[in-house]
Amino acid sequence: MAKLYIENSKHNQILEPREETVNFLLNYSQALSVINCSKSKLKFEALLN
Amino acid sequence: MIMKRELITDAVLVSSYIKGDENSLSILIKRHKQKIYSFIYSKVYDRDITEDVFQDTFIKVIRTLKLGKYNEEGKFLPWVMRIAHNLVIDHFRKNNRMPKFDNSTDFDIFSVISDSSLNAEKSLIKSQVEDDVRRLIEELPEDQKQVLIMRMYNDMSFKEISDNTGVSINTALGRMRYALINLRKVIDKHNIVLTN
Repeated sequence: MAKLYIENSKHNQILEPREETVNFLLNYSQALSVINCSKSKLKFEALLN
Repeated sequence: MIMKRELITDAVLVSSYIKGDENSLSILIKRHKQKIYSFIYSKVYDRDITEDVFQDTFIKVIRTLKLGKYNEEGKFLPWVMRIAHNLVIDHFRKNNRMPKFDNSTDFDIFSVISDSSLNAEKSLIKSQVEDDVRRLIEELPEDQKQVLIMRMYNDMSFKEISDNTGVSINTALGRMRYALINLRKVIDKHNIVLTN
C-alpha cells in the first residue's frame, strides 16, 4: 500500500481550454470598452464590434 | 522572447493590461490557462462545462480589470481561482434547481420509469460487489479505513468523525480523500471490475 503513494497516476493528462475559447476572450477584451462618466462618477460598459 | 515574457510578473502584466495593453491579457491567459482549466475540470468532470466556466471566469476577470475594481493587494492567480471556484459553486446550485436530462443519447423513457427493485441476479451481484469493496477497504491503512467506514457505512458527518477520532476536520477530509484515491489505485492496478 505504501508504494501507492509514490506511483504516478496514469490518468494524468494535460487539460487546456480550446483555442476558440481563448480567442473569444481576447476578442471580447478588445471589444469591451468602459466609458467613464466624470460628472456622475458612473462607468458604462460598451461592446464594440 | 519566451524567456523575456516569463520575467514579467503577473502584477506588471495586470497593470499594463489595465492601462490598455491587450497583449498582457494574452500572456496572462496563456500562463495560467492550464492551472485554471484543470482546477475547474477537477470539480465538474465535464469538458464542455469546464470550457463554459473557464470562459465566464475570464469574462469576469476582464470586466473587473477594465472597470478598475481589481484590488492590487491580492495575487492574480489566487484571485482568478477564487472566481472560478465561485462560478463552479454557482453551476452546481443552478443545476440542482433545474435538473435536466442529458440529451447526448436517445431518450429512453424506460430509463426513467424502470422498476428500481433488484431481481435475484442483480441482488446477488450487488452483494458480491459489496463484499469485494469491503475486502478492498480492509487493505487500506488503519487511519484511512476508520474515516471511510465512519463516513460511508456509519453515515457520520466529518464533524462527528473529527470528534470521535480526535483529529481535525481537515485531517479527516484528507484521510477520506486518500482512502478513495488508494481504493481507485488498487482497483486499477488489479483490474478489478466492480459492476452492479
